[in-house]
Amino acid sequence: MTDQRPDPDSLLERVQRAEAVRRRGRLKIFFGACAGVGKTFGMLVAARERRAEGLDVVAGYVETHKRVETEQLLDGLEILPPRWVTYHNTQLAEFDLDGALKRRPALILVDELAHTNAPGSRHPKRWQDVEELLDAGIDVYTAVNVQHIDSLNDVVTQITGVAVWETVPDAVLARANEIELIDLPPDELLQRLKEGKVYLPQQAERAAQHFFRKGNLIALRELALRRTADRVDAQMRDYRNDHAIQDVWQVKERLLVCVGPGNSAENLVRASFRLAQLLKAEWIVVYVETAKLQRLSRAQRDAILRTLKLAEELGAEAITLSGHKLVDEIIGYARTRNVTRIALGKPTLLGWRHRVFGSLVNDIIRQARDIDIHLVGKESSFLSQMRANPYFARSRLYLGLASEEVYSPRKWREGYGWAIAVTTVCTGIDWWIFSYFDLANLIMVYLLGVVVVAVRYGRDPSVLSSFLSVLLFDFFFVPPRFSFAVADTQYLITFAIMLLVALVISNMTASIHHQAKIAGHRERRITSLYAMSRELAASRGKENILKIAVKHVADVFEAQAVLLLPNTAGRVVYPMAKSLTQSCHGSDLSVAQWVYDHEQMAGQGTDTLPGGEMVYLPVKATSGMIGVLVLLPLNPARLALPEQQRMLETFVSQIALALERVRLAAESHATQMKMETEQLRNSLLSAISHDLRTPLAAIVGASSSLVRDGEQMGHASRQELSQAIYDEAIRMAGLANNLLDMARLQAGAIVLNKQWQPLEEVVGGALAGIRMADHPVSIQLPADLPLVEIDSMLIERVFVNLLDNAVKYTPTNTAVEISAKVMQNELLVQVADHGGGIPLGEEVRIFEKFHRVTREGNQGGAGLGLTICRAIIEAHGGRIWADNLPTGGAAFHFALPLTQPPTIEPEV
Amino acid sequence: MNTTATLVIIEDEIQIRRFLRTTLASQGYQVIEAETGKQGLSDAALRKPDLIILDLGLPDMDGVEVVKTIRHWSDVPIIILSARSQESDKISALDAGADDYLVKPFAAGELLARIRVALRHVSVTASSTPEGIFVVDALKVDLIHRKVTINDTEVHLTPIEYRLLTALIKHAGKVLTHQFLLKEVWGANYTERAHYLRIYMGTLRHKLEQNPARPRFLLTEVGVGYRLAVV
Repeated sequence: MTDQRPDPDSLLERVQRAEAVRRRGRLKIFFGACAGVGKTFGMLVAARERRAEGLDVVAGYVETHKRVETEQLLDGLEILPPRWVTYHNTQLAEFDLDGALKRRPALILVDELAHTNAPGSRHPKRWQDVEELLDAGIDVYTAVNVQHIDSLNDVVTQITGVAVWETVPDAVLARANEIELIDLPPDELLQRLKEGKVYLPQQAERAAQHFFRKGNLIALRELALRRTADRVDAQMRDYRNDHAIQDVWQVKERLLVCVGPGNSAENLVRASFRLAQLLKAEWIVVYVETAKLQRLSRAQRDAILRTLKLAEELGAEAITLSGHKLVDEIIGYARTRNVTRIALGKPTLLGWRHRVFGSLVNDIIRQARDIDIHLVGKESSFLSQMRANPYFARSRLYLGLASEEVYSPRKWREGYGWAIAVTTVCTGIDWWIFSYFDLANLIMVYLLGVVVVAVRYGRDPSVLSSFLSVLLFDFFFVPPRFSFAVADTQYLITFAIMLLVALVISNMTASIHHQAKIAGHRERRITSLYAMSRELAASRGKENILKIAVKHVADVFEAQAVLLLPNTAGRVVYPMAKSLTQSCHGSDLSVAQWVYDHEQMAGQGTDTLPGGEMVYLPVKATSGMIGVLVLLPLNPARLALPEQQRMLETFVSQIALALERVRLAAESHATQMKMETEQLRNSLLSAISHDLRTPLAAIVGASSSLVRDGEQMGHASRQELSQAIYDEAIRMAGLANNLLDMARLQAGAIVLNKQWQPLEEVVGGALAGIRMADHPVSIQLPADLPLVEIDSMLIERVFVNLLDNAVKYTPTNTAVEISAKVMQNELLVQVADHGGGIPLGEEVRIFEKFHRVTREGNQGGAGLGLTICRAIIEAHGGRIWADNLPTGGAAFHFALPLTQPPTIEPEV
Repeated sequence: MNTTATLVIIEDEIQIRRFLRTTLASQGYQVIEAETGKQGLSDAALRKPDLIILDLGLPDMDGVEVVKTIRHWSDVPIIILSARSQESDKISALDAGADDYLVKPFAAGELLARIRVALRHVSVTASSTPEGIFVVDALKVDLIHRKVTINDTEVHLTPIEYRLLTALIKHAGKVLTHQFLLKEVWGANYTERAHYLRIYMGTLRHKLEQNPARPRFLLTEVGVGYRLAVV
């Protein structure tokens, strides 16, 4: 292949990017190495130029730090009033996002992209405000320093020794339409600093002085330049891609990063990000949750969550897998995703332990022969100390994780108490059997005790129990008794082995017990998911699905829940149905609307309005947004656990699928209805044109003859013409009746006037209203036929239509038989004739509207008779069908439900 | 046959009036045409007709109202003409005192037969049968001796069956609604129990009719009521 077609994947990506760009506002970032290089200044100069070009420019938030030159530039620009927030008794001026969205300028200036918003704001970070502005189609100018870039954050900290906590995800930078580097040589910057032209917060002065060393400034400048150069390079590559300048068919790189509970995970993620950028690779961050890892402390699990969140912010796909063997899971996943490289943290186990227990790295290297492996070193201890900073505690709060431990101290103490108690009981039993049994058997009793404790209270109490057992055994039973002294040294070996066995048992039992618990837990989760899926699959109608969804979500996640769906105007609203006990009330509809519009989570534990109590989840199916699931969890921390999150996602996608199914079904039903209506109209037109015109033609013809030539005609001719007019008119009357009946039945206007009737009378009524001179009718109705509750007028129409058909379709002088019998709870009626029968395969179709066995036949009628019969019988809750008799001829059957007729007082 | 009878036709459709006029005039009836309910009422009062033919769908007033108004001062027979969409009105008109009904479209012969029955009925009830004996075809009812015979074979009826039969005889040829018969035979408390009437009518037919499903005497007017055949 020598043609230069670009890879379809990348083409698609380019198209999607172009589309997203068209809708979004444009973002320009003024990028600097550190404070004081003149970013704000540069931004304002550029903004003034735009305004001079006639653009609608508003200063959303500009931090001038009271510098005169900067403030002068602000002169004449429209300034958006800030939003005042009271926090710890101080008034904070914050950027007013809603004000900006309402004002809707073409271009808005929002300084300090990395700023953290005051608590209670919609988004925790200003860059998220900017994202929303861009989504709304507003162009944004903003400024940021290199040390605030997420992936460079740790590098900057290593260089300068000053930790920066306000960061901006790299993805924001990557999405920026333009980045303008504001560069100032370090000497000039230092000069400006001396002249007091650089704003420094008072309390940070010392740290700042440490920061503004020339060495640091050079390093930062290099970082900023390099970063900008990287971007230029990326643009160049994009350009080459766009124009199919591609010499080699590039295989897309995919990097898999394995993170574990170690504290170097964040470092690994950042390093991998840089690697992925360099390789232009897609990257996936994977955490494998094994049974062993499920036992981690809460702090460690929080750390993992944080790492995964960071990875997502940096643009990775964060995945949690679960399985027994770490290596198998990783390799298996890598194969399914066609991963070309795997990044791992450097192994921490070294020396003999490494050799004994092996290491993940070795196993992966051994199994993944064709995949490149990158090992990333541990971060400096300085940085890991910094991570213990209270700021991180705050970010944990954002995740909604800081909450009580699952195991309360009370339960903890209880376990140890029982360990002591059980061991004491064992000692008692041993005391009792001491005189009958060997010392070795006494040990068995203790071991049993250890097992009991391990099963009931877990590892730590059973370890205590192991030690206690050895001590008590020594004290009470090993000679010399009632002393810890040992007469025979061989008992020391006994103790050692007893302790070892006890410890091994307690460890194994506890771990088996724990695994069983996890397995049980998993099974419950899967069972509950299965139960919901089954119920959802079996349910019809949106209301039912909402009910089932709320019920199950509430049960499984211990939360109150509500599923909000949009109305026709696209505004999410509470469902009309009666609320369930598990329903969640008082959710903020404006937040739900935001979630619906932006297809992002909000509320507790998310980036948007993390302060709220509720969690708002978008319910999204393949065809787009379906609704918003609102949860009020009893225990928010529990909901934040990775497996719970995963579970919740699965639940939500199941619900979305079910709702989408309903929506599609309704749509296809509507389409089908429309098609049927269309078809009906066509057949109606053709039927009416034929069946009304034919008799009309005869009537017009015959009557015009009579009017014109009546006098000259003989009596017989006149009689014949008059008879023709009469017959045709009667035929038309019949058709008109059928059409009227059909219209009434069709319109649903039919209200059954049900009364208790003897069938005989209805049959009699029908026979009286129809000319059956040429067809002898035999009626076989058992004398004890019960009354049926029917609308006699309508059932009479059924008989009339069936008899009329018999007259039309059978030769003269063949008999028609009407019979009836009771079968279980039904009255079965049969109208049989001795004609040619129904053509094979037409038994069902003859009941269809406007269907006639022979088209354009001379029998007349629009093919409505049987359709009317079916509609009437079905309105009575019965059924109607047709078949051919073995003796020849057709038989029409209908069944009417029988209920207990009313009693009648006997005549006295 | 009384061919000098005067008939009032209250009907707004000109074609129907034309058809009625020619048909009835050819039979020797005197025909007075009224286009509206009001006109009809004044004709009925001033011209003292022997019979009124009334269309239920009039432009100016409800046909049922016309029946009620006439019944305030006259027992003149009224035959109703109705379309299929006026079924419930038809029953109301019969309950209000109309004697018979015809559903459009109807044949001339049918109409003439009904007119003859209605006119004779007037004479029957007016003079009553002098011997107290009612005879139709093979059915003979001796009202004085309470004796019912078919082809001279006596038929035993229960008291209610007999009451039902006499109620029909009293208004022979006329359509009697379910309501009317229930009230007449069982009393005012039974008007909602139409199944009583149907069951007794069934047993009566089994006793009097040769083929109960195709009755000769006790005719069913589906959804309306019953009629005793007079010819």
